[in-house]
Order: sequence, then structure tokens, then C-alpha cells
Amino acid sequence: MPDTLVALYVFVLACFIGYYVIWGVTPSLHTPLVSLTNAISGIIIVGALLVTGLEEASTAAEIMGFFAVLLASINVFGGFLVTNRMLAMFKKKK
Amino acid sequence: MQISANYQALAYLVSAILFIFALKGLTHPATARRGNYYGMAGMALAIIATLVGAEVQSYGFIIAGVAAGAVIGAALAAKVKMTAMPQLVAALHSFVGMAAVLVAIGTYVNRAAAGTLNPVLMTELAVGIVIGAITFSGSVIAFGKLQGIISGKPVVFKGQHLLNAAMGLAIVAFGAHFGMTESVVSLTLMTLFSFVLGFTLIIPIGGADMPVIISMLNSYSGWAAAATGFTLQNNLLIIVGALVGFSGAILSYIMCRAMNRSIINVVFGGFGSDSSGGTSSAAALAVEKGVRSASVEDAIYWMEDAGKVIIIPGYGMAVAQAQHALKEFMDLLIERGVEVKFAIHPVAGRMPGHMNVLLAEADIPYDHVLEMDEINPEFPTADVALVVGANDVTNPAAKTDPTSPIHGMPILDVSKAKQIYVIKRSMNPGYAGVDNLLYYQDNCALIFGDAKAVCEGLASALKGGGH
Repeated sequence: MPDTLVALYVFVLACFIGYYVIWGVTPSLHTPLVSLTNAISGIIIVGALLVTGLEEASTAAEIMGFFAVLLASINVFGGFLVTNRMLAMFKKKK
Repeated sequence: MQISANYQALAYLVSAILFIFALKGLTHPATARRGNYYGMAGMALAIIATLVGAEVQSYGFIIAGVAAGAVIGAALAAKVKMTAMPQLVAALHSFVGMAAVLVAIGTYVNRAAAGTLNPVLMTELAVGIVIGAITFSGSVIAFGKLQGIISGKPVVFKGQHLLNAAMGLAIVAFGAHFGMTESVVSLTLMTLFSFVLGFTLIIPIGGADMPVIISMLNSYSGWAAAATGFTLQNNLLIIVGALVGFSGAILSYIMCRAMNRSIINVVFGGFGSDSSGGTSSAAALAVEKGVRSASVEDAIYWMEDAGKVIIIPGYGMAVAQAQHALKEFMDLLIERGVEVKFAIHPVAGRMPGHMNVLLAEADIPYDHVLEMDEINPEFPTADVALVVGANDVTNPAAKTDPTSPIHGMPILDVSKAKQIYVIKRSMNPGYAGVDNLLYYQDNCALIFGDAKAVCEGLASALKGGGH
């Protein structure tokens, strides 16, 4: 099986997981859901690291990679921390 | 230290599982924080596994980028006001979009230098750039509208859809040409048109549709990550992209359903532009009947010894920052033995679940806050319904008047409460430009004034008490 087809298998199966997991999220936590998915879509940082860290990368690629790393890390740190801040506010009746 | 590609792939698998548990944690507020920690662990693992892999050899730019990103991200997360969450989220979506574009172009540059380009890769690159660019510029517009930098009104002009369709076709054509010929000119034109298309797609959509737009761009940012995963043959990016993409898509669906509109109708925009609106016959009749206005004391008289009070907060509450005063009022009512509940409509606020966060911030326990389907059966048993800054979502015309523009929209059954008080600044209609028939019911009275001032008035009247 060619690699692209394997990737397609992974993608389609992950879509099913996404579908069932997300429907289980309680509506009261939809804002934290958006900010958490914001944080984890910062996973694009992996792609940014691969572009930037390549030994033979040209300066142009390194500069683009640097900005990609920067933007993705803002997402990762900003997303997780703001989600944590919000979730800390959700309290049950004392 | 360096790990083999196989160990790296295993680490990515563990990371993907941690992300799934992170989302699963949001099933309940009690497990949500743990879920967020799983997400952090998954991200840390993925980043470390990438850094110690064979492909990453130079670290200077990476360390600088992560350090700067960490400082900026942490500062944003610590400072942002909860009312401004939609703006932060829009900004973060735009970053993911731009990062996807940069990664795709950077990959192209690296692979072109190494001479390892192929048509499949270039097609994947093109898809990643298009989705990333649309996500970026669309989110910038959404941010501008939310922040008030550009008008929240829908911007509609003649031939808009035709223009968008033409640009879409051009993007596909340039992308295909790039895939076949490696033409840098086509790549550049495709990228530029994608940025422009992001602007023109979001600009016609009105401020009231922001919950849908936020969700939609959330979805796009996921698909952008997934497309990057295809270009880099990285399964972790593909899995996470699919999870995020579906999350946004499902939220968009839930928001559309809550407004009884199709996603097509929202995307093609222009809603809320017709503010003059044709008043329907039923509404005209109700207007003739006039509205009753009430004082804070009237409202207290009904509420201080009530069995159950349901409070319906809307975006107006957030704008007036009335949630803390409401919390004080709630505590005073509970002290007197009154049962107090909050009713939340899915599209209350500027993003999905926005109202819940604002109430949580004011220390209102989440078990007092109920969703539309849970609370609707309780309205007939409520002695008082207090509407704070909500409008269209309480309008019985959605059920009773087939000619109303909001007919068919699921609403909170506020009209069924025994007595209704609405805190309102003026008689201006809501975002849909529709007159609210609720205000003309015999058991409804309006308290005119700023939501915060009125809520503080209610609290102090109850404290001063002694009625």
C-alpha cells in the first residue's frame, strides 16, 4: 500500500474518532473545547520543526520555519494556558 | 541523544492517544482539567520526539521561535478578558493557518533544493497552502469584526458570490498547473488568491453569526493541520487535524441548528442586514397593545418570595459586565430559599459556550446553569423569568408566527413562566431585526436601564429588604 493511501486510512479513521468524541463534549464546555482544539492544532509545530531543523535547509526555509515555529508555539502555550484558566473557573456548588 | 524513526512513530502514537483523552475529558467539567493536562503531555511528548529525531539537526531558530512563542502565548492567556475569548480564538486560528502556509512553502523550498518533489506531494502542498491561507485571512477578518476594528455588519455587494466562485476556480487551476509543472508563478498566484478568498468569504457574514464563523474557522484550522500531515507523511498531524476539523464542523452544525439556518445560508451571509424589517401582522397587533415597564421594586416584590426564578442571560449581560452583580443577586435569593437557575441558549454570546464561561468566571456554580433542552420543561413551573440582555432567543414568534424571519428557531420557553421581567436598555430590536412578541405578553414587564446597574439595584433592594 503506498504511503499516501496509508495516510488516507489514518485520516478517515481519525475522523470517526473525532466525530464520536466531540459529540460527547458537554455544551457548557464548548468554549474550552474551541480553545483546547486551538492548542492541539498547534501540533503544526511538528511540521515547523521539521522544516526549520533540516540540516540542509536554506536560509529562506529557516526564516519561514522560524515564523511557523513562533506562531505555532503561541497557539500551544496560549491555547493550553487559557483553557486551564477557564476550566479552573468551573466550580460545583459548595 | 537521537531516537530512530520507529520510536518516534511510537511516541507520536502515544501523543495522539493523549490528545483523544484530552478531548474526552471535556465530557464533564469535573474531568476537564485533567483532560487539558493530558493534552499538554501529548504536546510535550510530540515536540520532544520530533526534536530528538534524525531529521532535526539545527536548533538555533527553533529555540528562538519556541521561547518567543511561549512568552507571547502565556501573556495572552493570562491577560485576555473572558468577554474577549472569541477574539483570542480567532487570532489563534489565524496563526495556525499562517503556520500551515509557511510550513508548506518551507517544505516546498527544502524539497525543491533536494530535488525530491513529485506530483502527489505538490498537490498536497497546494491543498495545505489553500486551506491555511483561507483560514488565516478569514480569521483576521473575524478578529477585526469581533474587536470592532471593522464593522460587524455584513458587507454585501453585487456579484459577490460570482467573484468568490471565479477566485475558487482560479485557485484550483493555478494549483493544478503548479502540481503539473512546478511553476513558481502559479504557486504564488494560487497563494495570493487564497488569501483574498479568505477575506471575501468572511466579510459578508454578520456579527450575530460569529458563533458559526468561529466554529467554521476552528474546523478549517484542523483541516489545514491535516493537509500539512499529508505533505509531511506525518500521521500525528493527520490525526490531530481530523480531530480538530471534526470538532469545528460539529460545533458549526450545532450553532446552525440552534438558529434554524443551514450552513449554506450562514456562509452566503447577509443575515441581520435588513434591520428595518417588515413587521408581521401579529407583531403589529402586539405593538398596538404596548409594553409595560416596571421598577426594580416591582420585580423584587415578585422574586423575594418566589419558589423558582430562572435567569436568562444574553450577550447584553456580558457587554454590561453584569455577571458579578447577578451572582450577588443569586446568592441573596438562595439565602431566602428561592431556587435559582440559569438558562443558556446555544448561540448566546459570541462563540459556542461563551455564556457558560462568563457565568463561571463570576463564580456561579455550573450545576445552576442549564442548557436549553434541560431547562425548557421547567419554565411553566417558574414563578419569575428574568431576562438579562437576551432577545431573539426568547421570542415566542419563533414558534407562533410563521411569517417571522426567525420562525422555526429553537427558543427558550421564557413566555411560559408565570411572571417575566426583561432588563433592557431600549426598545431596539435584536440582531435579527425582529420585534420580540414576549414584551407584549400580559405577564411581562420591562425594566429599562443598564443591565449591571439594574442587577446591582436588585441585589441592594433585596439586601435592604424588609418588605
